[in-house]
Amino acid sequence: MANIQLRNVTKSYGAAHVIKGVDLDIRRGEFMVFVGPSGCGKSTLLRLISGLETITSGDLLFDGQRVNNVLPSKRGIAMVFQSYALYPHMTVYDNMAFGMKLAGSSRAEQDARVRKAARMLQIEHLLDRLPKQLSGGQRQRVAIGRAITRDPRVFLFDEPLSNLDAALRVATRLEIAKLHHEMSDVTMIYVTHDQVEAMTLADRICVLRDGRVEQVGTPTELYERPGNIFVAGFIGSPKMNFLRGRFAAEHACHTLGVRSEHIDVVAEGEGPWTGRVVHTEDLGSDNYLFVDLGAEEPVIVRQPGKVAIHEGAVVTLRPKAGMLHRFDEDGLPVQRPLAAE
Amino acid sequence: MTARAIFWNTMFYIAVAIVVVVAVFPFYYAVLTSFKTGTAIFRVTYLPDFGNLNWGNYQSVLSGRNFPRSVANSVFIATVTVIAALLLAVTASYALSRVRFRGRGLLLMTILAVSMFPQIAVLAGLFELINFLGLYNTPWALILSYTIFTLPFTVWVLTTFMRDLPVEIEEAAIVDGASPWVIITKVFMPLLWPALVTTGLLAFIGAWNEFLFALTFTITETQRTVPVAIALLSGASQQEIPWGPIMAASVIVTVPLIVLVLVFQRKIVAGLTAGGVKG
Amino acid sequence: MTTTATGAAAYAPDRGETGLQEQRARAAFWFLAPMLLMLFFVAAWPLLRSIWFSFTDTTLNNLYGGEWAGFQNYLTWRELPSGRIRWGGTLADPAWWNAVYNTVRFAVISVGLETLFGLLIALMLNAEFKGRGIVRAAILIPWAIPTIVSARMWGWMLNDQFGIINHMLLSVGLIDSPIAWTARADTAMIAVIVVDVWKTTPFMALLILAGLQMIPRDMYESARIDGIHPVRVFFRVTLPLLKPAIMVAVIFRLLDALRIFDLIYVLTPNSSATKTMSIVARENMIDFNRFAYGSAQSTLLFAIIFLFVTLYIWLGRVDLTGEGRR
Repeated sequence: MANIQLRNVTKSYGAAHVIKGVDLDIRRGEFMVFVGPSGCGKSTLLRLISGLETITSGDLLFDGQRVNNVLPSKRGIAMVFQSYALYPHMTVYDNMAFGMKLAGSSRAEQDARVRKAARMLQIEHLLDRLPKQLSGGQRQRVAIGRAITRDPRVFLFDEPLSNLDAALRVATRLEIAKLHHEMSDVTMIYVTHDQVEAMTLADRICVLRDGRVEQVGTPTELYERPGNIFVAGFIGSPKMNFLRGRFAAEHACHTLGVRSEHIDVVAEGEGPWTGRVVHTEDLGSDNYLFVDLGAEEPVIVRQPGKVAIHEGAVVTLRPKAGMLHRFDEDGLPVQRPLAAE
Repeated sequence: MTARAIFWNTMFYIAVAIVVVVAVFPFYYAVLTSFKTGTAIFRVTYLPDFGNLNWGNYQSVLSGRNFPRSVANSVFIATVTVIAALLLAVTASYALSRVRFRGRGLLLMTILAVSMFPQIAVLAGLFELINFLGLYNTPWALILSYTIFTLPFTVWVLTTFMRDLPVEIEEAAIVDGASPWVIITKVFMPLLWPALVTTGLLAFIGAWNEFLFALTFTITETQRTVPVAIALLSGASQQEIPWGPIMAASVIVTVPLIVLVLVFQRKIVAGLTAGGVKG
Repeated sequence: MTTTATGAAAYAPDRGETGLQEQRARAAFWFLAPMLLMLFFVAAWPLLRSIWFSFTDTTLNNLYGGEWAGFQNYLTWRELPSGRIRWGGTLADPAWWNAVYNTVRFAVISVGLETLFGLLIALMLNAEFKGRGIVRAAILIPWAIPTIVSARMWGWMLNDQFGIINHMLLSVGLIDSPIAWTARADTAMIAVIVVDVWKTTPFMALLILAGLQMIPRDMYESARIDGIHPVRVFFRVTLPLLKPAIMVAVIFRLLDALRIFDLIYVLTPNSSATKTMSIVARENMIDFNRFAYGSAQSTLLFAIIFLFVTLYIWLGRVDLTGEGRR
C-alpha cells in the first residue's frame, strides 16, 4: 500500500560506515528482495526502513512522507524475524493480538483480524497454544500471522527461512509467495543471503555489497544482463565462469563471463576451447563437468540428463552464441557491438 | 578396574566425605546443642539422643518478649528492602542492559563499586542522615541503609539477566507499538520471574544477615534485628553465656534460610555467578 | 541523538515526531533517575559527609557543632618543651597500624585458603560421580548460615572448657590441655580465619565451578586423545582458561575480607590480635565518642580499598562489567 523511497541514505556506527548512500525506489505492492554476501548491509537497510535503527543521513519516504523519525509502530510496517521472536509467555492468539491491544482497538476487531489471519495461514487450531508447543515451521507461520494481523502497508522479512530445514524452507517459501499474491497491494521487502530465494520470490532484486547498491532489477534482468562482474558472479548457481587472458582477448574484453548452461560439449574441432575433465558432479537431473582449459580455474559445464563423460576425458567446448558476458578492467559490461563470431 | 584406579576412587570418595562433613557438622552440632539444657550442655556428644530431646531452649527463646519481636523486625525490614530494591532495579536494569548511551560502562562500574563499598566508610554520614530524618532506632533506618547494598546488587544481577533476553523479541514488541515501559511490564517481566525470585531471595538473605548497620542504628531491644539479638544475647551475668538459647535461636533463624537455599539451589548459583564469571 | 535533516525541506516534514532512539534514551533517563537518586542519598552523600567529618572535630553528642580541624585526625605533631616531637592522629596511632596489619593478614590468608579449597572443591564437583547433588547442597549450607550465627556456632565449638574442638584434639592427643582459641592472642586470628574459610569457601567454589563449566568438554577430550597427562592438562589448559573466573572471584572476596566486621565483633570481641580497620573505626566513632577520629579511619579504609581495586583492575585487566563479551 505504500511506495518507499530512499534518498542517499547512510548509516554509520561511529567510524564504521555500514550503509554508504543508498538511493532506491520500492513500488507499491512490489516484492523487493535485498540480497548480498554477509556484511553487505542488507539487514541494516531493512532495519533502517523498519525504524529499529536510526538513519544517519539522507531521507526515507513512505508515500512521499518523510518518516526518518517516525516510530516503527507508526510507520504501518510489520516485521517477520529470523528467530520468529514470538512472545514466549503468550498464546498464539495473544501473540497475534498484542499489537492491536496496544493500539487500543476493540476486542471484536482484534478477534476478527486474528481469526482472519489464522485462517489464511491455517493455524486456527494452534491459537490457544504457547510458542514452545509449536514446531519451527508453525512458529514461523505464527510470526507471519502476527505480521498480517497488524494489517501493514509494508511487510518486512529478515531472513525468515534461515532457521528452517531444507524441506520446510521450500514449503514456507511457497507460502510467502502465495501471501504476496493474496495481499497484492502490500509492499514486501525481504532480506536473504540465499540467491535462490531471491530469484524465486522477487518481483525485483536489489543486490547489495559493502553498503552500496550494486544493481536493482527483475530476476531475469539480473540474470541475463548483470550490471557488473560482481552481480554476474553473485546471481546464478553454479557461479558464472570467468575467463581472463587469451580467452578474454579473443572477445576484446578484460574478463569473459559465461554461464555453465551456455557451454556445449561438441565434437573435436567444432569448438574454440579444449581441455581435460578434472572432476564431475552428478546431480541426477544435471551433470557438472569441471574442465581445465589452462585458465586460472576450471570451467564448469552443465550438461542436462545423464552424460557418459568421465574424469580424465579430453573435451572440446563451444560457448553458445550471444550468451557471452564481457567485462572491462573495472568489472563493468563492455557494450554490445562485437556480435557473435 | 586396576588396583590403582580403585585406590584413587576410594581417595576421591574420602575427600568428598570430608568436604560434606566439614560443611555440615557445625550446624549439626548447633542443632544437637540446642536440645540440651542444664549441665547436659557441657558434656560433649556426637550423636543425638532422640529419647531425651529437650525443647526448653526453644521455649525460653520463643516465649521471651524480645526474640520473636526481633524476628518480626527482620522479616519486615528485609521484605520492604527487597521490594523497594526490585522496584527501582527493574527499570534501571532495563536501561542499563538494553539502551545504548554514552557512559553506560562507567555507570555499571560505579554501581558495582557501590555494592563493594566498605560499609564503615558511610557509617558516619548515614548516622547523621538517619538522625536528621528522625529515623534513629526505627526499622526505617535499616531499610534506608540496606538499600546501599541491595540496590546495586539487584541492579547488577538483573542487568546481566536482562542482557541475555533475545533482542528480536524486544524488537517485535517495538514494531507492535510497545513503549519501553510496556516492554518491561508486559514482555520482559513475565520472562524475568525466575531472575526476580533469585535476585530477591539473595537480597533478602543479605538484608536478613546484615549486622553493622543494625548494631549501630538501633538501641532498644525491641528494635533489634535477629543477628543483633543473637550477638547480644546474654545471660544473668556477663561471664555466663547462655549457649543453649543462643543455639536454639540460631537454629530458628537459619533453618528457613537453609530450606530456601536448598529449594532454589540452581537459581541461586546462577544468580551468584551472573555477571561475575561470564567475562 | 538528533538526526540530520539534509534536504528535509524538499519532502514532507515528519510532523515533529521523535525517533525510536530518542524515545528510548528519554525512557532510559527516567528509568535510571530514581535508582541513581536513591544511591546518591544512601551512598554518595553519606560517603562525602563521612569524609568531611574526618576533617572536623565533630563528636557523637554534637553532630552539627563540629568545626574544621584540618588533618588533625590524620596526623598532627606538637613540640614539647623538652624539644621532643609528639605525634598524634590516626597515622601515628599504633592501634590503627595494628588494625591495618590484622586486616591485611586476615584478607590475604583467608582469601588465599578459600581460593585453594574453592578450586579443589570446584574440581571435585566438576567430576561426574554419584551423589554430586548432595555434595553441592551440603556446601551451600555454610554459605546460607548468617555470619553472626556461624560466629556463635563456632564460638561454642571453640569454647575453651566445653568446646568440641578441644575435646576432639585432646582425645586424639594433638594437644595436652584445652586451648582458649578465641581468647588467646596467638590463636584468635587462626580461629577467625578458620570460620571465615569455612563460611565463604562455598561461594568461591561455586564461582570457580561456573567458570569450569564454561570450558568446552571437547577440549579435555582432544587432550586425552593426544595422550596428555591429566596434571599437565590442568596446568596448561584448565588453569589458564579459569584465570578470569578466579580473578573475579578473588577480587570480590578480597573486597569483602578487607571490610570484615561482624565475624570478628562476635567471635573474638576486644582481642587486639584480631581487631580490623572496620572494628577500630566503629569503636572510635560510636563507643569511644571520637566520631571524627573514627571517620578519618573509615575514610582511610575507603581510600585503601579504592586504590587496591583500581590497581587490581588496571593490572589484571579484569572485565567486571561483562560488557566486553558483547
